[in-house]
Amino acid sequence: MNAPLTPGTPVRVRDDWPETRGPVHIRTPHYLRGRSGTVRRSLGRFPNPEDLAFARPAPLLALYHVGFDQQAIWGEGTAGDEILVELYESWLETA
Amino acid sequence: MTMADASLAEAPAERLLVALRDVLAAKGIASPAEIAERIAITDAGSAAQGAAMVARAWTDAGFRARMEEDGARAAEEMGITMRGAPPLGVLANSAGVHHLVVCTLCSCYPRAVLGYPPFWFKSAAYRARAVRDPRGLLAEWGTHLPAGTTVRVVDSTADYRWMVLPLRPPGTEGWSTDRLAGIVRAGDMIGITIPSA
Repeated sequence: MNAPLTPGTPVRVRDDWPETRGPVHIRTPHYLRGRSGTVRRSLGRFPNPEDLAFARPAPLLALYHVGFDQQAIWGEGTAGDEILVELYESWLETA
Repeated sequence: MTMADASLAEAPAERLLVALRDVLAAKGIASPAEIAERIAITDAGSAAQGAAMVARAWTDAGFRARMEEDGARAAEEMGITMRGAPPLGVLANSAGVHHLVVCTLCSCYPRAVLGYPPFWFKSAAYRARAVRDPRGLLAEWGTHLPAGTTVRVVDSTADYRWMVLPLRPPGTEGWSTDRLAGIVRAGDMIGITIPSA
């Protein structure tokens, strides 16, 4: 378990593509891999669904609401608009 | 599976369902009674339940605060069965922020309080456009936001389910909660539309 991330912490989603290495279950959308966002809120701790899906022992992971700038993600859109996504700590790197 | 069951289960999907149910029972994971109970709970979900929560939040500041803090607990307070349901998060729209809910990975939807999702919620088109072109999508639905409103798209990817608490529309002053609930639609509670008097 990593140190808790407080609201406002800048984070980067790992630029990792486990689906290229074998069967996986992933809750981190493609369009956010390698992208930078900001922790908005802690959502509690949940068994890792990547393990649950394969009936493996599933450690509890911290889940965060992370905000991403709409324009930075897509290169279009309206300034100030945001995408808010639930992401597990195992996918987040601090800058 | 008895022969009678086998003769009834003609479609491939039905055969698969019967087989899965038998395996779950044989392995002691879920009994047919437990599955039937879960189906009954899911079937009981409807947008009227979410609408009743919204109407109460519009008229009861204490309930609204509890609902924003923990949607599932607020739902249970209204007599809605949340047992076995994921946590329910509530996204309160404000004068400056409008929320739109999508699940780009699959079809996560707050079924406990809204019932089954509309067919388009699961479509690749909705999932792709909601997250990339939310304003274009809202415009096509006839949802026009006041200038200066920020759009916050909530991609429901993990353990929560999210419902939107819309703004109470003008012209509803003095309305009863039943009348207020009557103008709140499922679309308003995922933010694709906004309620009006």
